[in-house]
Amino acid sequence: MDGLFSIVPLIILAPFTGVLINVFFGRKLMPRRDSVAPGVIASSMAGFSFLIAVLMFFALLANPAGAEVPVLTWINVGDGDFTLHIPWTLKVDTLSSVMMLVVTGVGTLIHIYAIGYMHGDIDEKAASRGLEGEEALDFKRRRYARFFAFFNLFLGSMLVLVTANNYLMMFVGWELVGLCSYLLIGFWFDSPEKNEAGQIIGVLNSSAGRKAFVVNRVGDFGMLLAIMLIFWSFGTLEFDDVFARAECMIEAPQAECLTLSAAELAPQGEGEAAAEEHGEGEARALTTPIALGPFAPTLGVVVTAITLLLLLGATGKSAQIPLFVWLPDAMAGPTPVSALIHAATMVTAGIYMITRSNVLYAMAPVSGMVVAVIGGATAFVAASIAVAQFDIKRVLAYSTISQLGFMIAAVGLGGYIAGIFHLATHAFFKALLFLGSGSVIHGMEHGHHHAHGQGEHHDAPHGEDERPFDPQDMRQMGGLRKHMPVTTWVYIIGALALAGIPPLAGFWSKDEILLDASLNSTLVYILLTVAAFFTAFYMGRQVFMVFYGSERTEAARHAQESPPVMTIPLIVLAGLSVVGGLINLPVGGLHPLGRWLEESVANAHIASFNILVATISTVLALVAIGLSYLLYGRKPLEEGEADPLYSTGPVFTFLNRKWYWDELYAAIFVRPYNRLGDFLANAVDWQFWHDFVHDRIIADAFQGWAAILSRPIDLGIVDGAVNGVAQLVESTSRSLRRVQTGYVRNYALAVLMGVVAILAYLAIRFLV
Amino acid sequence: MNLPTLESINLAASLPVLILAGWACLLTAIDLFISPERKHWTAWLAVLGLLASGVALGFEAVAYSQRGAVSAFGDMAVVDGFALFLQGVFLLSAFLGILLALNYLPRHNIERGEYYTLLLFTTSGMMLMAMAADLIVVFLALELLSLPLYVLSGFAHPRLDSEEAAMKYFLLGAFASGFLVYGIALTYGGAGTTLLSGVVEALVGGGPAPNPVLAIVGMGLILVGLGFKVAAVPFHMWTPDVYQGAPTPVTAFMSVGAKAGGFAALLRVFLIAFPATGDTWGVVIAIIAALTMILGNVVAISQSNVKRMLAYSSIAHAGYVLVAVAAARYPEVEPLAVSAAVFYLLTYAVTNLGAFAIVIALERDDGTGVEVEDFAGLAKTRPWLAIAMTLFMLSLTGIPPSAGMVGKFFVFQAAVQASVGDPLILTVTIIGVLTSVISAFYYLRIPVMMYFRDGEGQANVQPALGVALALTALATFLLGVVPAPFLQMARHALLTLAG
Amino acid sequence: MAYEQYIAIGILIVFSTILALIVVFASRILGPRRPSPKKLVPYESGMTPIGPAMRRLPIKFYLVAVLFILFDVEVIFLLPYAVIVRRLGLYGLIAAGVFVVILTIGLLYEWKKGALEWE
Repeated sequence: MDGLFSIVPLIILAPFTGVLINVFFGRKLMPRRDSVAPGVIASSMAGFSFLIAVLMFFALLANPAGAEVPVLTWINVGDGDFTLHIPWTLKVDTLSSVMMLVVTGVGTLIHIYAIGYMHGDIDEKAASRGLEGEEALDFKRRRYARFFAFFNLFLGSMLVLVTANNYLMMFVGWELVGLCSYLLIGFWFDSPEKNEAGQIIGVLNSSAGRKAFVVNRVGDFGMLLAIMLIFWSFGTLEFDDVFARAECMIEAPQAECLTLSAAELAPQGEGEAAAEEHGEGEARALTTPIALGPFAPTLGVVVTAITLLLLLGATGKSAQIPLFVWLPDAMAGPTPVSALIHAATMVTAGIYMITRSNVLYAMAPVSGMVVAVIGGATAFVAASIAVAQFDIKRVLAYSTISQLGFMIAAVGLGGYIAGIFHLATHAFFKALLFLGSGSVIHGMEHGHHHAHGQGEHHDAPHGEDERPFDPQDMRQMGGLRKHMPVTTWVYIIGALALAGIPPLAGFWSKDEILLDASLNSTLVYILLTVAAFFTAFYMGRQVFMVFYGSERTEAARHAQESPPVMTIPLIVLAGLSVVGGLINLPVGGLHPLGRWLEESVANAHIASFNILVATISTVLALVAIGLSYLLYGRKPLEEGEADPLYSTGPVFTFLNRKWYWDELYAAIFVRPYNRLGDFLANAVDWQFWHDFVHDRIIADAFQGWAAILSRPIDLGIVDGAVNGVAQLVESTSRSLRRVQTGYVRNYALAVLMGVVAILAYLAIRFLV
Repeated sequence: MNLPTLESINLAASLPVLILAGWACLLTAIDLFISPERKHWTAWLAVLGLLASGVALGFEAVAYSQRGAVSAFGDMAVVDGFALFLQGVFLLSAFLGILLALNYLPRHNIERGEYYTLLLFTTSGMMLMAMAADLIVVFLALELLSLPLYVLSGFAHPRLDSEEAAMKYFLLGAFASGFLVYGIALTYGGAGTTLLSGVVEALVGGGPAPNPVLAIVGMGLILVGLGFKVAAVPFHMWTPDVYQGAPTPVTAFMSVGAKAGGFAALLRVFLIAFPATGDTWGVVIAIIAALTMILGNVVAISQSNVKRMLAYSSIAHAGYVLVAVAAARYPEVEPLAVSAAVFYLLTYAVTNLGAFAIVIALERDDGTGVEVEDFAGLAKTRPWLAIAMTLFMLSLTGIPPSAGMVGKFFVFQAAVQASVGDPLILTVTIIGVLTSVISAFYYLRIPVMMYFRDGEGQANVQPALGVALALTALATFLLGVVPAPFLQMARHALLTLAG
Repeated sequence: MAYEQYIAIGILIVFSTILALIVVFASRILGPRRPSPKKLVPYESGMTPIGPAMRRLPIKFYLVAVLFILFDVEVIFLLPYAVIVRRLGLYGLIAAGVFVVILTIGLLYEWKKGALEWE
């Protein structure tokens, strides 16, 4: 069965083929407005990738050790001390296969859903721009093909990331998915963005994309430094070799380990396990010195630095404190994008990366604690913000950040299996919720059109609508249960799964995280438990506001169920959300996922089921849902009625304004940075350097000096005979000014200053 | 005294330069008999000369791979891997410089045959610079490189800003040359010879060294003269004015060629003649590199004119190469640092020429159209142009998949190796990484303009320009994704002592 | 260090400067001064000066001057060559030949461009 591994490059090739087809032929494949060819091509490419992922799964069943499949040599330079060899080799092991299955499986379903969703979305955008006939068709061709090209590009890039066998290739995938995210967030870059009151505030979706890009660059900066540090310390970037050498350096000096490769260490596998047992409970003192430039820090310090820098990368991509601010804005992208990239797959890259680096994290307990606390804090903060949002997608966005926080906390505490388990189940139910919200938005837009006729457009406020129409505002929904039954039921399943109600998928995975937390860190456990309580509350609030009560607008009254191409993926995902817990069912010591991951995650440990933790979280979730029923379900909101949470006053405002996090960043980073740029450009380079240093200090001093010299001359001591120097300089500069603008003088003076500075340094160096 | 002989010239080894210089002289005469409507003939004849020189260079490279470095013109020049690699870069840049100008000059009504002959002259100066092994030859090459560029900057005469650019460049260039000659004279006074290999002997103590202090002051002044050529802070102030005023193809060529020429001399002079005083000039160059990167990148942020922005960007890139120069003072890092520097110069050459090709495509006949706003909506009107420009901007920033990323990576790699035991270089490296992050801010403004702002981006891509664009874009991309063969070539670009 | 060899030149610089100052100041201080308008007029070869000294010259003069310097330098280079022409042999002949050919191309260029025409 090993030969089967060699077909794994196809998993990446397929989506990239889809990109090429849609880029070059996508538009020609759409003769009519209702053509779906680009979507079908993209979906079948995704489906093909899923097929390969399944084949890899079976291959791994036969041979759990996995394989590394070389594709090509990317960089191969150097000799002697300096060698850099970066092959593009695909790593198939149990960890990457879980990621492949989730990415391609959920990805395929979302691709299929998008076939239907993007039709409606593009038609809506074309109508709002007043495009008709041939123009509208042309618009649709471009956008439809472009969307699926980007979508496939993302899928391929994500697979590059998860199949990488070294840090640099992983970074390539990391950047590529970031690029796709940027492109897709800004997909409607030419649409005006509205504020919460529905007014156009003139900001383009592209600014959301740019925010995501810039914030992620901050994280990437950390990641790059980590990669450099890894190469510097361990002399390689391939995962297995890095880990092998790091383990080796615990016992042996650095130089001895630098030539080691993972293959050579393989026979010692059992010894390694023994070392692990030995290390259990007692902190290993990692005192081997590592030569780094002028410093020689100990191995422990180096590994802690590497892991903290990797964590910075993870906080960027996985939207954790302090870099989570981009994700809510990223909801500007079309809903399938939010579901696939910003909920199910790309944002989990950070968790995957930390899990992949588990050997390093195991060596740096401090970093692990930092990771866990950041995860727990993020889970808590984001869940509390989600309570006070009105935009249906924003609630889900903060919920995503919060759930990512759960996963990060889990991997930080060493619960790699729990983290990956939650990653998988979360992919199911969060994709379901996003796609469900997309279905709701789709239905609302449909209803809005129906209510206001086809021809006229909705920018004008209409009768009873106090607020301009916003298909994502939950206050304008209500009672959709009657109009969209399928969506309602799958949404409720997703919400219950997220809230952690047994026996749905979310319960099992969240419980495992809480269990790990309760064993390792009380602080994190409390944060996560409170976050879980909030989670159940805001999901209850959302379900009651959207689907129950009476319709609050005309659009809601005329909402329609979405077509089957959208609802069928929803039903499949709902099914997965119900039974997803089976993949790591703790009952009877089964833990299939745990046994599976143990093959590739060295530090994985299987947690047992704890009835107390499970009971506490279930009871809290039920209480939260009950509370939301009291506030929103028993007496539903009427038209124009304010949210009952308003009565909490400043607390609500604080949460609604997201803890003023954006304002804080604007005050700390953005504005000072802009001011610094202006200051350096204007004040330093121009005013200080040109005007002050040149004109004032140098020129004036020179002339003043000349004046002092010329005074005795004027007094008649020398008279006209030698008033040369000053006059010469003055007349030269004057004639130069006459020739040109006069700045040449300044430029020459700058050169002169440089000369003086250099010579002064040399003089100090050699003559003193 | 040994009189020079014909054999000592080593005609074969210096053939690429001799062909080019000789052909430039001949072309000056031939051009006189080409009627004004047919000046493109001169261009193609100039290309012919570049081609011939390139063929000779190819033979020389093959010969080098078999027998190693040789000296020429007595010991005053040396043909080694370093010289050959950079000479290739110069020939490529000159070829692209001609392609850029082919349609630009008639469009702006300044088509004169002298453009092409002067380009050949300055290119031969650069090539001579790459092989100079004697301070006198360094000076000679520098002047041969500079004088035609002064004229070319004013080539759009009677446009005032072009004349202004030429005047400023000339005055300041002469000023800087003065320092260089003074430095050479002092070095000669201190070491008793102008041969680079002789200077090192004198300084290390093996030869007759009457006065090392004089030689070291001379070294400082040589640094000033060459620092001016590569536009390092604080000798950079001419750059924005001259780049903005000069005709765009000249700017493009100048930003690439003159800079690479300056670095060729800087690397060879300081690594061959002054290795013993590395701890001194290493500090100076490291500080200059830091200042250059900071100033170039920070000031570029506030520029709205793309030519001016690229001028500050070119200052900043000089800073990155200077990091490699500073790192090269450690003998164990030298091979890596030198190859990183020359590879960086190659990536910068193709990327920057490409970026300027796009500026030329956008520039209107009256010289306007090069503001950042003029790129708005270009993605809609000229999608391929927008893709190419995005690629160039990514490369200048150092984001994969582009040549610039690989170049930066290796420069920093060398710097990191050199920072073993040298906190200053470590600091400078960190500054370099930080400033390259800052640079994303202004480079990426252009893609944002092109893709996310509405506008009627107009561009005029004529055939020769199109070829130049395709070549540079392809090269930028290929150097980014399969850099290995070129890196191997750069790894052979080692400095050799004359003889 | 071997700075002693510079002592002589240092002494020379100092003394020549002092001497020059003494000469200038001595004539100033000792000599009688009775200026009159005629005496203050700039000396112009004994003739009565006409007009200001800073007059604009046709640019052609500069052109001719530059060309003159060019060929002047040619002569300066060729003269030392002529002195050792036999010792340099074939090598010298070729080098000088290249030099002259380059200058001839320059001459041809300026001729065709009309730099040698006065009007």
